Amino acid sequence: MDYSQFLMMPQEMGLLAVFLLVFLYDTFMPERSQRGLPLFTAIIFGIYTVLSLFVCCTAGTAFGGMFETNGATWAIKAILAAGTFIVLLQAAKWTNSEFVSVRRGEFYELLLLTLFGMYLMVSARHFLLFVIGLETASLPIAALAAFEKRYYESHEAAAKYIFTAVFSSAIFLMGISFVYGLSGSLYFNDIAMAVAGEPSALLIVAIAFVIAGVGFKLSLVPFHLWTADVYQGAPTAVTAYLSVVSKGAAAFSFLIVLVQVFGAAYSDVWEWMLYALIVLTITIGNLFAMRQRNLKRFLAFSSISQAGYIMLGVIAVNAVGMASLMYYVLVYVFSNLAAFGVIAAIERVSGKTTIDDYNGLFKTNPWLAFTMMLAMFSLGGIPPFAGFFSKFFIFVGACQQGSVAIYVLVFIALLNTIISLYYYLLVVKAMFISQDDCVVPAFKSVCTERVALVLCTLGIVFLGIVSCFYTRLSDISVTSFPGL
Amino acid sequence: MELTVLMYLLPALVMFGCGVYGFLTRKNMIAIMISLELMLNAVDINFVVFNRYLFPGQLEGMFFTLFAIAIAAAETALALAIIINVYRVARNVDIDDVSKLKF
Repeated sequence: MDYSQFLMMPQEMGLLAVFLLVFLYDTFMPERSQRGLPLFTAIIFGIYTVLSLFVCCTAGTAFGGMFETNGATWAIKAILAAGTFIVLLQAAKWTNSEFVSVRRGEFYELLLLTLFGMYLMVSARHFLLFVIGLETASLPIAALAAFEKRYYESHEAAAKYIFTAVFSSAIFLMGISFVYGLSGSLYFNDIAMAVAGEPSALLIVAIAFVIAGVGFKLSLVPFHLWTADVYQGAPTAVTAYLSVVSKGAAAFSFLIVLVQVFGAAYSDVWEWMLYALIVLTITIGNLFAMRQRNLKRFLAFSSISQAGYIMLGVIAVNAVGMASLMYYVLVYVFSNLAAFGVIAAIERVSGKTTIDDYNGLFKTNPWLAFTMMLAMFSLGGIPPFAGFFSKFFIFVGACQQGSVAIYVLVFIALLNTIISLYYYLLVVKAMFISQDDCVVPAFKSVCTERVALVLCTLGIVFLGIVSCFYTRLSDISVTSFPGL
Repeated sequence: MELTVLMYLLPALVMFGCGVYGFLTRKNMIAIMISLELMLNAVDINFVVFNRYLFPGQLEGMFFTLFAIAIAAAETALALAIIINVYRVARNVDIDDVSKLKF
């Protein structure tokens, strides 16, 4: 075996090194220094994240074409690593708390392993590797969701997550088996060649199964029923990870599968499936978000509708769509993690998670209220912040397709943006206008939380107005997907 | 009698359908787990049959099946652990009793 192939995967190897260091620290360091594990993990992961930005991304394949790395996979992995870094910072205080600290090491090990799975998923060009990555990315999250063992909700969330995860992977695997029967290969390129031409009935069934399977992971609408319960029941750090990093990886690999494998069958088979999914996802996500009082459930439905917007980047099937999808994920990482950072801090101090508890937050904790406001503005897409630009580029990418149907689709998405402003601003109203009773007392957040929130705020403010991020992603997607 | 591809694929499809039906209708978590196993095993049969009959020169489907079995085992182990945890807090594994989170 040619071991130099491992040089093709510098980001994975680096992550593995971080994982091993954390594992060794957890196993061999004396009891008194175990409290330093969260900070240790955050610091070495931060170093890894920064270093991985400077690794030159050589495009190429390894393991007989099973694993591919190019500019786009490099960029999405860097984005995922940044998101995980922020989650690690936010979780530091929580993992040192009384009831969780016994299992502190496991939290970090499982978290890093899921990230490794997502890396494999993003880079896989063979369905075997893809499925292994998908399972590595989704199974440990069930264990993480059950992490707060003293709370009943945590167990219920884990049960719901594991059942839907296994159900969706079974459906996905069924689809893959049909694809294998059709093409006799599991390599993306071979399948793409075999499915070109007139689509057979089996291919349509296979694509429907694959879309349904990944739709569960992405929580697109007919398959979204687990999302709100899991988000509400799981510990907030895990929810943040699930809604941001996990979703970003799933969206990108979904794009790769649809475009690279089933790209030839686009207009015949899955174009209209995706239209229906997107309209349903955006609309129903929005309508249900409006009636939520619990902030974690609220963000669950908001993230469902955001997933619909992300899918608009897939349907464009062009380089602009690719670039805007990656940019959308990047912006979404910072905006959503800002919101979850505030929620986690307030929940840690007071245990409050409903919107009414945020009344008068501005009076007691002005900085947290300010960050939350920026996050809501960015998620809603109000102009100077990054969320506006990400929505703008995703609409531009979709419109380049140029058919009437897609204009209607973009119009529906635009209408939904206006609806979503209503419920995002409800939170802002509670914090700034309803000043009658202040539920949450004034408190000082800890250093790691503050660093995470500052990073998120910087991201929200500068990702949009500093144009080099989008141009870089755009260049990358043009060079990485030359055929589009 | 010569066995054709269809004679293997139909039972696999029926198994998969039973799994989906069981997943949607059963109330006991262990029964749901069994339904999920049926679905996963139907997939394994599919892969092996496609490999054996349509592409006899290669081993890709067989390998995939081996990995799929391993993954299914991991899933079952994790799900059973979670069910035990649920039983500890709820004293029941009936999903009607484990649905406090709803809108």
